[in-house]
Amino acid sequence: MSEYSVLDHEMVPKHEIMDESEVKSLLKKYKITLEELPKIKASDPVVVAIGAKIGDVLKITRKSPTGGIAFYYRLVIED
Amino acid sequence: MVLSKESIEKSVDGLSIPQSLKESLVEYCVHAGVTRAQLNEIIKRVMESYEYAKIEPCEAVGVVAAQSIGEPGTQMTMRTFHYAGVAEINVTLGLPRLIEILDARKDPSTPIMTIMLKDGKDRELAKKVALEIEATNLSHIGSIYTDLAEMSIVIETSEQALSQRGLTIDTVYDVLRDEIKDKAIVELDGLRITVRPSEPSYRSLLQLVKLIEGITFKGIKNVSRVVIQKKDDEYVLYAQYRYKSVEKKSKTRKTPLEQVLSIPEVDASRTKTNHIMEMAEVFGIEAARNSIVEEAMDTLREQGLNVDVRHIMLVADTMTVDGEVKAIGRHGVSGEKASVLARAAFEETVNHILEAGVRGEVDILDGVTENVIVGQPVKLGTGDVHLVAIPIGEIMKKMKGENDGS
Repeated sequence: MSEYSVLDHEMVPKHEIMDESEVKSLLKKYKITLEELPKIKASDPVVVAIGAKIGDVLKITRKSPTGGIAFYYRLVIED
Repeated sequence: MVLSKESIEKSVDGLSIPQSLKESLVEYCVHAGVTRAQLNEIIKRVMESYEYAKIEPCEAVGVVAAQSIGEPGTQMTMRTFHYAGVAEINVTLGLPRLIEILDARKDPSTPIMTIMLKDGKDRELAKKVALEIEATNLSHIGSIYTDLAEMSIVIETSEQALSQRGLTIDTVYDVLRDEIKDKAIVELDGLRITVRPSEPSYRSLLQLVKLIEGITFKGIKNVSRVVIQKKDDEYVLYAQYRYKSVEKKSKTRKTPLEQVLSIPEVDASRTKTNHIMEMAEVFGIEAARNSIVEEAMDTLREQGLNVDVRHIMLVADTMTVDGEVKAIGRHGVSGEKASVLARAAFEETVNHILEAGVRGEVDILDGVTENVIVGQPVKLGTGDVHLVAIPIGEIMKKMKGENDGS
């Protein structure tokens, strides 16, 4: 049996925990509230792997077939 | 004077256009060799074209996506099965597969794992790993019959079959004994194993036979076939299996994919499955979203249909916004709309209206369907624009507040 990390998988994009000021400017930019962001569950394997907590916002850097790279944001929620 | 690559990159970098557009812009400009004035003109025109090509705010992209997937969908075959090359692995294709993807089925009809190896050049190694993955049952290594006079079960194994599967009679005996030790006495004699139920009855004998037939002696349970194929000078394993994904994931029970990933020879960064719900379980919601896009595009492409990936991306994003994979339809996205009228217009009209009445729900008439029903302009496109009057005093107050805050 060997250990593997889900973060190394080619289909898992980069997830980063955003700090408070980044979240603030993000919400201001799109004129939305925190609850209007897309969600990600706290039990999601990636959330567990990077150690994010409920209430954190994750910045996801996706590889996009049209735009090259695209940013997506998800709020960590309880299951 | 022709600009250098660095200075072109520098002027392009700050533009608010997608990364891929920036890259090709730099590439073409470097290739052609442009001056500062030319570059400025190119950038100006590109920005104009980009703004022109961008979708307008409040555009009904969902409807466009629905039509763009729906129309080619009518041309899809009802043909379900296809044999992937010589290997003869069954894969659901065409319309049934597309429905399966959008329904977020927990047990798709033909899950296939694509297993990549760290060292893909070695055929012998690929064979060895394949044996470790494919489940070996009794039917692969020998035969079983019941001896009613003796009230026992006799298992006859073949040495050839055992060595082909990389097993020895002792390991088979050990596995068998561990599995049924509290129900029967197991005896080993050469290549023959005799099982005597501790409670000698006809019924327990039959039950025991069934149990023994279901034991996996080697490999991963529910993996029925593993096929080795060469793909771009690398051996790739395709595993056909069955797995029903569960709502609440237990920490101890591993899915077939997780079991494959923990084999040391397997490259855990490139191994995947076409089972979307299992991808969500193992690699998370973002991987599941990528998996939906990939699988849907492959299904459409295989049928010779050309659907723009943006439509599929929109569908995949809608299915995964809430952090779990949701189906398009009654039990998923459409069934959980906020508006009562929208839900009632979709399916089960009476149930939805009745339930909304009991709970005292309010419909704020925000969406498309509700407004069509009540005969109001839909808040879409130009219909979404309102004239709002704010007293000048309010604006001044707000601006002052913002200045103070920053």
